[in-house]
Amino acid sequence: MNPLDLAVSAVGNSFRSKTRTILTVIAIFIGAFTLTLTSGVGTGINRYIDDTVSSIGAADVMTVNKTVEATGDGPQLYDPSSTQVESQLAGPPGASTLEAMTSEDIAELTTINGVESAEPTLSVSPDYIQYGDGDQYQVSVGSVIPGITLQLAAGDQPQYNADDYQVAIPESYLEPLGFADADAAVGETIALGLTNTQGASSTLEATVVGVAEPGLTQSSSVSANDSLTRALYDGQSVGLGDAARDSYAQAVVRFDADATDDEITALKEALADAGYTGTTVDDQIGAFKTIIDAIVLVLNGFAGIALIAAGFGIVNTLLMSVQERTREIGLMKAMGMGGGRIFTLFSLEAVFIGFLGSAIGVGAGMLVGTLANTALADTLLADLPGLTLLAFDPVSLATIVLVVMGIAFAAGTIPALRAAKADPIESLRYE
Amino acid sequence: MSVPVLAARDVVKTYGRGPTRFEALKGVSLDIAAGESVAIVGKSGSGKSTLMHLLALLDNPSTGTVELSGRNAGALTGSVLNTTRNQTFGFVFQQFFLTPGTSVLDNVTLPLRIAGIRGAERKRRGMAALEQLELADKASNKATDLSGGQKQRVVIARALVNDPSVIFADEPTGNLDSATGKVVEDILFDLNRSRGITLIIVTHDEDLAARCDRRVYIRDGLIVESLTAHQESLV
Repeated sequence: MNPLDLAVSAVGNSFRSKTRTILTVIAIFIGAFTLTLTSGVGTGINRYIDDTVSSIGAADVMTVNKTVEATGDGPQLYDPSSTQVESQLAGPPGASTLEAMTSEDIAELTTINGVESAEPTLSVSPDYIQYGDGDQYQVSVGSVIPGITLQLAAGDQPQYNADDYQVAIPESYLEPLGFADADAAVGETIALGLTNTQGASSTLEATVVGVAEPGLTQSSSVSANDSLTRALYDGQSVGLGDAARDSYAQAVVRFDADATDDEITALKEALADAGYTGTTVDDQIGAFKTIIDAIVLVLNGFAGIALIAAGFGIVNTLLMSVQERTREIGLMKAMGMGGGRIFTLFSLEAVFIGFLGSAIGVGAGMLVGTLANTALADTLLADLPGLTLLAFDPVSLATIVLVVMGIAFAAGTIPALRAAKADPIESLRYE
Repeated sequence: MSVPVLAARDVVKTYGRGPTRFEALKGVSLDIAAGESVAIVGKSGSGKSTLMHLLALLDNPSTGTVELSGRNAGALTGSVLNTTRNQTFGFVFQQFFLTPGTSVLDNVTLPLRIAGIRGAERKRRGMAALEQLELADKASNKATDLSGGQKQRVVIARALVNDPSVIFADEPTGNLDSATGKVVEDILFDLNRSRGITLIIVTHDEDLAARCDRRVYIRDGLIVESLTAHQESLV
């Protein structure tokens, strides 16, 4: 038999016992469908994270803290020469304090091999934000790090080096502050109120240059450019001593944008030797990805179990098929069909059943995933624009189909071998 | 005398081992000339089917040789053996062995499909074989929807389609009533005469055997008598 006839015969044979084939196809369908959805979730979330990371950019930026030397599990011995600041990093309330960095530390950072520049991160905490005569709202302000781009709903990125005061406000502030929409806010002036250490209040006015979309890494804080951050810092530090003024929670270090992973690791080690801890954007988000990957792996594992069960369904189906067609196999052998061709015929039948189940499963998975995306985008995930929960990557979908066909082939080898080994005389006698 | 198309030389065939050992053939020699019609006659268990399987190269003798056109067929293996069987032999079985649910034409062209002959040529030859058996109008019917006589004619068409030099018929009329059986017999003997196809019929039906050029009686694994049509007419 030539390959085409083999394929045609295999497909035809698989439809000879329709009920049995359909039931087996359903079993495979369930596995492939589940696998499509779980890998879709993995692809969707990871793609979102990747998009977020790439839109943040700043592959050449690292935040650096002073490493607190832990000498044991208990409380640390007080060292009058060091100052502590509250951590700005997210964590359980009150859990972490960090040793503050000083301008000496910053200067030391710049001497470390691989560091191109180091800037202290100024921690500013204005009291409120206000637009015109509207209500005053609590606000947290983060400073713009050059190279990091915000995901914007409208307007432009705040210019780090601009002399005027620029901010990007989060979308969630639009309505409370009294803006009709994102475009309406761009170009308007808002006021930031602050109180210095001596209790005196003042306000600073800044121009809204952009409106940021909420995302994984963008909290609800207002992003201020450098001159505004410095002005705010100076404003709130009035009355502080030089030592207190010159203490920072962390610093931002820039390195070569073309640095390889190895070079980044080397830089981190150099920082660690000097007593600092460096964290890249990738590190922060990598933790998310690791968790997502682990969850998806477990889900894929369940789908895999379903597929293995379906594989036994294929074995069963084909064994029955071989049994039923014993005489036909004997006849074909008597007529000069070789064992290899018989094996191929039954294997192709298994692979076809696998293909049918997986193709329908993947198709249905994509359909359901697309519907689910539409439904979720307006409900559960409305707060995360840009997140497509289920994304379908042609390569991974093709992989699913191929893997299922591979499982089907493996399952088909047992019955196919039995058919290939059948003795034509015995088979023709079979009643 | 020309080289026989098929010959058995002191063929012994045993099955099993030890106490279950069973000698189906105990030393059989037989020459079958091209164009001859031979009936292998015997009761069930006599070894006649075993002899046919050996002659059709479906099995190997335990000792002795089977020769195909003077060459030892035991030397043929694998794909050469398969190709030889495919191109030289046609099979007609009592139980038809038609594939259910597929068309008459597909059943008839099965040997051609196995031989790897492609679509149009295959269809042409399949239709030619069906026309010869006056079944062309049934070509697209399901094989299982035919009557017994029609089925056996389909089987004969299938045996003919690869233009074989030998047709093996195992109780070809066993499942048919005598009128239909007669028609099928006529077709087989007509093929034997008009196309020179060697006919080897395994049967226990004396009337069918009597129509052959030669009758070989087999009992308990041995040939006990060999009669030609001519000899019988002398008796």
